Amino acid sequence: MVKIIVLLVGLALIGFIIWWFFAKHETEQGTAEVQADQQSIDVEVKGGYSPETVVLKKGVPAKINFTRRDPSSCLDRVVFPDFGINQELPKDETKTVKIDTSKAGEFQWACGMDMFHGKLIIK
Amino acid sequence: MKITTRFWISLVLSLPMLVEMILKPLTGWMLPGGHWTMFVLTTIVMGLSAGPFIQSAWASFKKHHSNMDTLVAIGTATAYFYSIYALLTHKQVFFESAAFVTTFVLLGQVFEERMRNNASNAIEKLFSLQAKEAEVKRDGQFVKVPLDQVVVGDEIRVKPGEKIAVDGEVISGSSTIDESMVTGESLPVSRQTGDSVIGSTLNKTGTLTFRAKKVGGDTLLAQIVELVKKAQNSHAPIQKLTDKVSDIFVPVVLIVAIATFLIWYVLLGLNLANALIFAVAVVVIACPCALGLATPTALMVGTGRGAKMGILIKNGEVLETVNDVKTVVFDKTGTITVGKPVVTDVRGEQDQVLQVAAALEENSEHPLAEAILDAAKEKQTAYPAATDFQAISGQGVAAKFNGQDAFVGNTKLRHDYQMDEDLQKEMETLQDQAKTVVLVGLNQQVIGLIAIQDTPKETSAAAISALKARGLKTVMLTGDNQRVAQAIAKEVGIDQVIAEVLPADKAEQIKQLQGSGKVAFVGDGINDAPALSTADVGIAMGSGTDIAIDAGGIVLVKNDLRAVDQALELSQKTFNRIKLNLFWAFIYNVLGIPVAAGLFYGLGVTLSPEIAGLAMAFSSLSVVTSSVLLNKTKITSRAMQTE
Repeated sequence: MVKIIVLLVGLALIGFIIWWFFAKHETEQGTAEVQADQQSIDVEVKGGYSPETVVLKKGVPAKINFTRRDPSSCLDRVVFPDFGINQELPKDETKTVKIDTSKAGEFQWACGMDMFHGKLIIK
Repeated sequence: MKITTRFWISLVLSLPMLVEMILKPLTGWMLPGGHWTMFVLTTIVMGLSAGPFIQSAWASFKKHHSNMDTLVAIGTATAYFYSIYALLTHKQVFFESAAFVTTFVLLGQVFEERMRNNASNAIEKLFSLQAKEAEVKRDGQFVKVPLDQVVVGDEIRVKPGEKIAVDGEVISGSSTIDESMVTGESLPVSRQTGDSVIGSTLNKTGTLTFRAKKVGGDTLLAQIVELVKKAQNSHAPIQKLTDKVSDIFVPVVLIVAIATFLIWYVLLGLNLANALIFAVAVVVIACPCALGLATPTALMVGTGRGAKMGILIKNGEVLETVNDVKTVVFDKTGTITVGKPVVTDVRGEQDQVLQVAAALEENSEHPLAEAILDAAKEKQTAYPAATDFQAISGQGVAAKFNGQDAFVGNTKLRHDYQMDEDLQKEMETLQDQAKTVVLVGLNQQVIGLIAIQDTPKETSAAAISALKARGLKTVMLTGDNQRVAQAIAKEVGIDQVIAEVLPADKAEQIKQLQGSGKVAFVGDGINDAPALSTADVGIAMGSGTDIAIDAGGIVLVKNDLRAVDQALELSQKTFNRIKLNLFWAFIYNVLGIPVAAGLFYGLGVTLSPEIAGLAMAFSSLSVVTSSVLLNKTKITSRAMQTE
């Protein structure tokens, strides 16, 4: 009897994992604020990036301010492969990344180990 | 809390449990306080050392993400909480598993952090090459100013042993300069008035004054650093696979772990504790860190190493493509050859011929004129000034030399000048050797011939034979005429010649060559931009500070063809290292998971969570170490050995 309950709980857990990680979930999106020919946006780094998708305006110099709250060394760098940026993110410090917005498009960014991803949209 | 601190806490607290584990079977010694002591020690480890894993795992769980922390957190927490239950119900506990796994995972991270810093150091080292200050002329006086105050146009003085501050052009003095840090060229080069100097290189023997031409972010070094930074963080296409895998990896592992537990406990009737151990071992061994580190670390080390040798590889994609290249196409002028015509033969009365020619060419801007003047200078021929110049386009120059009619030019300008048969024959012989021949006439008589040729660089032949030894086909693509091209090709050992191609058609020719495999094009980057971008791999050669850094997928700082072979060698080695890393990272998981799940239980082969933790730490570590070792592998091109 115990075994059957354990089996059911186990199967339910597998189902939950599949739903939780693989089903479509909405990602948080943020648009940078434009002020006096400058745009900037704050991104919190905790178990991933929030917001996970950042929208920037084309042609306006942009800054993304990353603050790492997460203790994981997985997230201790943020890498924008298309821009040659590899910024160290010491815990609880805000580090600014300057983005060249002269080209429109969708770009990926990721943590140093390429496990967590964020998306940058320039339009 | 820093990773190192967390590691030491967990190591110190795990040690007593380790000692007990070893001594108990031998002497029966047990920790004072037994399981309760273990509970206390492990609780501290879980709180301080493993806590951050759990925090991070929870934070990413809430965002529907998972990562290695998820695995470590679930693995250790399962072992820990089950052991508390077991402690209260007087069953077998395995606190030590939770503590050991934490220790080993942190050990791996400590080393990994150190290695990663090591791998990314190359770039900072490049920047540290810069001079800190410069002696600049201000108000007629040379004064020391910090580097960032140097502006374009400044006159800068460098003494022997000092570093050249910025890129510029020498205006007085001469010296030898060690440029190895930027170009990879090991021999010092001599520089005098009119030559360009590169910032951050070392002035060896003399005092120079030069005018600053490029400062700050425009200097060659700054551009190299920028390029290498981009390259180091770029992606190689081979990584796409791991990107996909890492997205689904962790949840899949969790499912496998639950399935493992269910099969052992429900189907095979193993006791709860042992079934749980199998599941925990699966979770712990499966950490995908090594997979994620395999490509970026090797790329970082490979491109950094290249930069030190004066080989700038733009990104991982280029590095990967280079491995499939079948044909290497070269531009002729300036790539295989020096790019500057020189006088190779003088026929007739040497001194007189040179005298007349130099006097007449003095004011000409034709490249051939430059060659003649250089030859006259080298032979220290003095010549009077000529008068009544007449430049005849496409033919040459006519003027009065010491009051007599004279000319330097091709046969069209000869008109009624006499030319004896011997000279006529000599002219044909020289022309057959693919040399450009100019006639020198004085007082109605052709008095001599000057043969001019753009000669191959000394290193070209060795470079091409090295490429051929790699099994690559070599092709020369040039706008020059067939005969000249053929002669040069024969001299350096090129397989195929495509001559008389207009600059605009070069790209078209490359497309045709692409029909039989991937093509690399080597050119000077300034005139050859279309061909460079059409080829699968564009290799732009630089000289001095004029490097078209955007032009090619690979940029060679040094104007030496042998660097092409080195670049291929380096790309190949780096790419092979990436493949090796990926192989090991995959193998760990592919072999590790079934063993950890107890598939080979029947054979007596199992994996305890502690060993799984150690194996996991070791896998990341071995991948990073293997990348760092790329710094130590030999990149000796065959061409270099023939020196």
